[in-house]
Amino acid sequence: MTVTATPAGQPATGEPPTDDGSARGGATVEFRHVTKRYDPGQKGPGAVNDLSLTVPAGKICVLVGPSGCGKTTSLKMVNRLIEPTSGEILIDGRNILKEDPVELRRRIGYVIQQIGLFPHQTIGQNVAVVPALLGWDASRRRKRVDELLATVGLEPDRYRDRYPSQLSGGERQRVGVARALAADPPVMLMDEPFGAVDPIVRDRLQNEFLRLQGDLAKTILFVTHDIDEAIKIGDLVAVMRVGGVLAQFGTPEEILASPASDFVARFVGADRGLKRLALFRVRDLELTPAVTARVGDPASEARQRAAADPMPYLLLVDADRRPIGWIAETRIPRDGTLDESLASAMSPLLDRNTTLKDALSMMLDAAVQAGIVVDRAGRVEGIVTVDAITAWARENPGEADSIEAPPA
Amino acid sequence: MTGDRPLIDWAWIADHLDDIVLRTVQHLWLATVAVVAGFIIAMALALLVRRSRVTYGPITAVAGILYTIPALALFAVLVPITGLSLLTAEIPLTIYTLLILIRSNVAGLDSVPADVLEAAQGMGLSGSQQLRRVELPLAVPLIVAGIRLAAVSTIGLVMILSLIGDEFGGLGLFIKEGIQTFFATKIYVGAVLSVTLAFAVDFLFVRLQRSLTPWIDARRVGA
Repeated sequence: MTVTATPAGQPATGEPPTDDGSARGGATVEFRHVTKRYDPGQKGPGAVNDLSLTVPAGKICVLVGPSGCGKTTSLKMVNRLIEPTSGEILIDGRNILKEDPVELRRRIGYVIQQIGLFPHQTIGQNVAVVPALLGWDASRRRKRVDELLATVGLEPDRYRDRYPSQLSGGERQRVGVARALAADPPVMLMDEPFGAVDPIVRDRLQNEFLRLQGDLAKTILFVTHDIDEAIKIGDLVAVMRVGGVLAQFGTPEEILASPASDFVARFVGADRGLKRLALFRVRDLELTPAVTARVGDPASEARQRAAADPMPYLLLVDADRRPIGWIAETRIPRDGTLDESLASAMSPLLDRNTTLKDALSMMLDAAVQAGIVVDRAGRVEGIVTVDAITAWARENPGEADSIEAPPA
Repeated sequence: MTGDRPLIDWAWIADHLDDIVLRTVQHLWLATVAVVAGFIIAMALALLVRRSRVTYGPITAVAGILYTIPALALFAVLVPITGLSLLTAEIPLTIYTLLILIRSNVAGLDSVPADVLEAAQGMGLSGSQQLRRVELPLAVPLIVAGIRLAAVSTIGLVMILSLIGDEFGGLGLFIKEGIQTFFATKIYVGAVLSVTLAFAVDFLFVRLQRSLTPWIDARRVGA
């Protein structure tokens, strides 16, 4: 199922870089019947067979699949580190195979797993490689370097004059991203960019990357072998199989909800139902109102209110409506007032941005049926129950037919 | 015999300082010409190997065979062709540097990490920009290590050039004359100065390499 979608609202052209920052927007990248075959004996990272897909401007397309599926080959054909055997690749409608490869590469950001920073150059010089090639003067380069280092969360005065060997893996990876962004390319190619850092740093880098992309709206082709990363990062996911065949192309939601083949279903994993929950957040559910009572409220009144609700528990909150704990209906005294000692159990605290997968996991961990949703100030907004999540999953089997990214 | 003379005749040294300086400079010059010529040839061959790896075997085989030819045999072959000239003196010296310098230059270019090269190419550096801006700077430590070896061994070899003629003698001429006239001071002056020269040149190249590769020290200093 090839999706030939139109750019979703983003400008279709990469605006020229400006002095005062990054131009927003990417360019459409289109593969048309692209094939790469290797001669017997010729070494290469994997063949590609008649690949056709379109990545709309400003979207992240993740190429995912087992090793030998041609995902890296597909990526490297876009900046012509690998030449296709046949077919066309177009950026904003222009056939890149007719352009000068060196000129082309300077307009495409490139990030690889091993980063490949120049060890003999400072961080500042590394970030400024492409601007220097393009002939920017020193003051413009310097300004851009400082701006980019700040963008990726590295304090320019601290990092500009260091050498790559003095940085941690996570810091180097940020520099790699800054370097790729330096000349503000409309298209970025990222080959397992977060593959070499530990899971905690990877998660942080992924989140920062998504935040950055929210501002920059580049067209990004992103290669990974990790389906979880693909689902988290991608607006669109292209699942490839060995031999360079496109097995499915669609939104993460589509791929999880309706895998096109047994191969995709197996690759996505038996837990794809759970994975799908990671695409949605607490705010996508209708919250169940919580029956609450404040510390100091008369017990008899609280008892009445609890009895009127099917839930056998009452949520005790403080004067600011921050949750303290649950009181079993049967333990509410007949008279007097409520105090904190009555609360016996607590639930995990969620907010509207918690993914449904995390919410479910936290409830299972705590062995409770409900999580308490709080706002930024920690005040109770409502509750989410395990039943509510499973009911939601039943009602939303995910027959998505648009390529619009899920709410993020 | 000259038994009444002291082992080292300081008065002779004091009287001949001009001569000593002149021959030391000449010695250094003869070695420099050979190392520079050898380095240029070796670098050209290393770049050929970079382009086409299959040439590496044959090139090192030829350089290895040349390396085994005794200096005296080479002089014997060359004198009828090039006469008692500077060329006759420098050709063998240059030839002997090749094996070391080709290997160290190729090893230097080989030492550039593959991911760095891929990034350089992927960012749009042309082939010659990759060589000048990335490969050669990163090859410096191994290239300089090769030059140090070649320089020290060439400084030693210059000693035998006095066999061709006095004008190419350098410090070796002191030793030749010292042996002929049983004058130990000359032998000591020639030997000590050539060893000192080798140490000094080696030290200079160590300093040169450090100043060319500040990033290597940065690693040790840490963040």
